[in-house]
Amino acid sequence: MISGIVTAILLACFLGGIAWAFSGARKAEFEAAARLPLESDSGDRP
Amino acid sequence: MIPNNETYNDKVVQQFTVMTVVWGVVGMLVGVIIAAQLYWPALNFDISFLSYGRLRPLHTNAVIFAFGGCALFATSLYVVQRTCHVRLISDKLASFVFWGWQAVIVLAAITLPLGFTQGKEYAELAWPIDILIAVVWVAYGILFFGTIVKRRVSHIYVANWFYGGFIIAVAVLHIVNSLALPTSAMHSYPIYSGVVDAMVQWWYGHNAVGFFLTAGFLGMMYYFVPSQAGRPIYSYRLSIVHFWALIAIYMWAGPHHLQYTSVPDWAQSLGMVFSLILLAPSWGGMINGMMTLSGAWHKLRTDPILKFLIVSLSFYGMSTFEGPMMSIKTVNALSHYTDWTIGHVHSGALGWVAMISIGACYMLIPRTLNLKSMFSVKWIDYHFWVHTIGVLLYAASMWISGIGQGLMSRATNPDGTLTYAFVEIVKFTYPYYFIRLLGGLLVIVGMLLMAWNVFKTFQMAKDVKPQPVLEPALAH
Repeated sequence: MISGIVTAILLACFLGGIAWAFSGARKAEFEAAARLPLESDSGDRP
Repeated sequence: MIPNNETYNDKVVQQFTVMTVVWGVVGMLVGVIIAAQLYWPALNFDISFLSYGRLRPLHTNAVIFAFGGCALFATSLYVVQRTCHVRLISDKLASFVFWGWQAVIVLAAITLPLGFTQGKEYAELAWPIDILIAVVWVAYGILFFGTIVKRRVSHIYVANWFYGGFIIAVAVLHIVNSLALPTSAMHSYPIYSGVVDAMVQWWYGHNAVGFFLTAGFLGMMYYFVPSQAGRPIYSYRLSIVHFWALIAIYMWAGPHHLQYTSVPDWAQSLGMVFSLILLAPSWGGMINGMMTLSGAWHKLRTDPILKFLIVSLSFYGMSTFEGPMMSIKTVNALSHYTDWTIGHVHSGALGWVAMISIGACYMLIPRTLNLKSMFSVKWIDYHFWVHTIGVLLYAASMWISGIGQGLMSRATNPDGTLTYAFVEIVKFTYPYYFIRLLGGLLVIVGMLLMAWNVFKTFQMAKDVKPQPVLEPALAH
């Protein structure tokens, strides 16, 4: 019983995490974050 | 505002990168020696510290913790500075982590051949060395997370999440699995016994694979693949789901190392089920890395570093499919205790872990030396081909040998007796051990070529000035 409830809560947390990650509100923030490795290197090598 | 004299600490990155190459050569050379011993047993020369049983843990410790470890230290300390736009919190702590870790490796290289061992796979080192590892690891954690706390961008880039998960998990795993009661300077008894000891050991052992050899290297993937491809990661959202799914599931898969043992049956099945579920985050991450190249596939033709990175992801996908399959109890009944396992481990270790590390090193060395590229790009290409062919020979020969061993071991006559004597199975595997040795030789040739290339690149660098910390882009 308790293990079933815990499993259900954890599954709900995971689905909530997916909804959070894929929600439109964070699109711009994530697009900016995805550029971090490209903007972090000075690239002015000879 | 960044004070205009703040620079990145690339010294520790360079130190760890060079030692990655050095320990890579050493660790893989020991691997080649023991592969040769399996083909020519006389090669132990009847000297105790050259015997297979002592050199094998030296090989595994050297490639995982010395080669892989140094690659993780080098890349994580580079990535955390570059993506947080800040210098490491402490130069002294950074050198302590570097010298402390090298001391651990040297102590391992002395004590293991002398026969000091705790007898736990991948946790063989004696208790005083375990304490040193814990101290160095905590220092590494403070250095890494302290730098994240000081960051100048609000977002913590996904690679740092993977590195952070790896650092925390390895600390927990190492400390819990190494708990022991010392009986002398180099001997101790584990505080666990029987089945509990086995469960703790493979909870540790499997998560050494999951967090040391996977999560850390995924952190590497999330920085170096986009950086070399010159385009952002395919889906940043997928990378977040990837992180949480991977760390949540990996922890439970350990019992698949103990199928058909005295571990409770439900625990074995649980380990199998979680191993099967692991396929989803593993492939999600692999696809995320590979698709980063979509629209830029032509770069693979000219850039051998990208070849290393992308082929490493192919091997990652292959071994994370193979692993769940081997955890299924009926498959495990055939594959366990055979060379199939050895082949699986090496397609993961030489294919995924080594290739992504080698690619990252070829990027880091010129970058930290203010050079455009390595001394010879052509040699990187040669390295790529000898390494790839070597890994394929290794994996394929061990598949054949392993499946043959499994089938021959379980074959019975109508009266119930075993069809094959043990020596007949050994005889069957003999030629494949030679092919495995050839594969290993190709890999070490590639590593020596890399070492020479690194040496020549350092000779090219003159009067290297430390790189100033960059102002973060406005969007953050």
